[in-house]
Amino acid sequence: MIETETVTVLLLALLCLTAIAVVRMRSLWAAVMLMGIYSLLGASWMLLLDAPDVAFTEAAVGAGISTVLALATLALTTTRAKEPVHAPWLPLAVVTVTGAALVYGTIDMPRVGDPNSPANSYPHPSYVERTEEEIHIPNVVTAVLASYRGYDTLGETVVIFTAGLGVLLLLRGTRSRSPEDEAREVDGGVEPEARAGAGPGAEAAEARDVGSGEEQDRRGASSA
Amino acid sequence: MTGQTILRVVSKLLLPYILLFALYVQFHGDYGPGGGFQAGVIFAAGFVLYALIYGLAAVRRLAPPRLVEVVLSIGVLIFAGTGVATMLLGGKFLEYGVLVPEHPAEGQHYGILVIEFGVGVTVAAVMIAIFSTFAGRGRA
Repeated sequence: MIETETVTVLLLALLCLTAIAVVRMRSLWAAVMLMGIYSLLGASWMLLLDAPDVAFTEAAVGAGISTVLALATLALTTTRAKEPVHAPWLPLAVVTVTGAALVYGTIDMPRVGDPNSPANSYPHPSYVERTEEEIHIPNVVTAVLASYRGYDTLGETVVIFTAGLGVLLLLRGTRSRSPEDEAREVDGGVEPEARAGAGPGAEAAEARDVGSGEEQDRRGASSA
Repeated sequence: MTGQTILRVVSKLLLPYILLFALYVQFHGDYGPGGGFQAGVIFAAGFVLYALIYGLAAVRRLAPPRLVEVVLSIGVLIFAGTGVATMLLGGKFLEYGVLVPEHPAEGQHYGILVIEFGVGVTVAAVMIAIFSTFAGRGRA
């Protein structure tokens, strides 16, 4: 049987390697893929630390959704990073000092699983002891998230809701301009509502969008 | 990617299991790892896979943007509404114990199930909305 420490060291070494590879990579597609691998390695490491709930989230969000979103962004922008304009010495110095400060900060952190650490000794009696009696569910993480810290979770849900709303408001209205749009603008015919993505203009824009999607599908099918 | 037979068939086989797994993670979160957040993301991942293979238009037919926008806010309403319901029943905001007065622990259990469902609904809808907005942007 392999020791947990060995696996931890291996995973952390791979994490460092992936991070260095991402920084040195000029092709953004490859960098995004490597970021997904980075998240997956991070998730595996969290699993070793007995935090399956966090590992689960990291695997689903970090390796899954963020990768897809980053790829979607690349499809709209560019796939190669620009060559750096100036020498990297100042950023390198800032990063090194910050990193050293963070490592220094970990020196007085308690050891993993230390029963006397603040996280394990406060509040007393701990949620681990109370959950069984007060909530009757085995997963203490869920009990803390949904019940003891229900306000925080409501706040987080509202944050996600706000993020979704922000993306919809920012990106849905202002789409990249097609030749038709330009032509209409020359005619002086684009109302402000249509631009903002509200009112009847938005529906028309959506219909056009679905239509063009289908068109693209057909083109894909015929070219294959 | 509409001409790729293997991808189409394999993803079609996988999709129901991805959605089922999301539901399992959603409603089994009290017993094992998981909960609304993870379940919502996995559920949305099913839609993302569908969009990647069958095109964004197929997903928009399945989950029209207007519907997704409504669902996105319903999740938050379920969560906050549970809090209001417990207040109306005489407890504090989000004090699930009052849902089943004779057995507070059971009330906690119900409350957690309901609010986790709210979280899952919002997260899934937001992820689908963000993805389809990003993916649909370059096409018009």
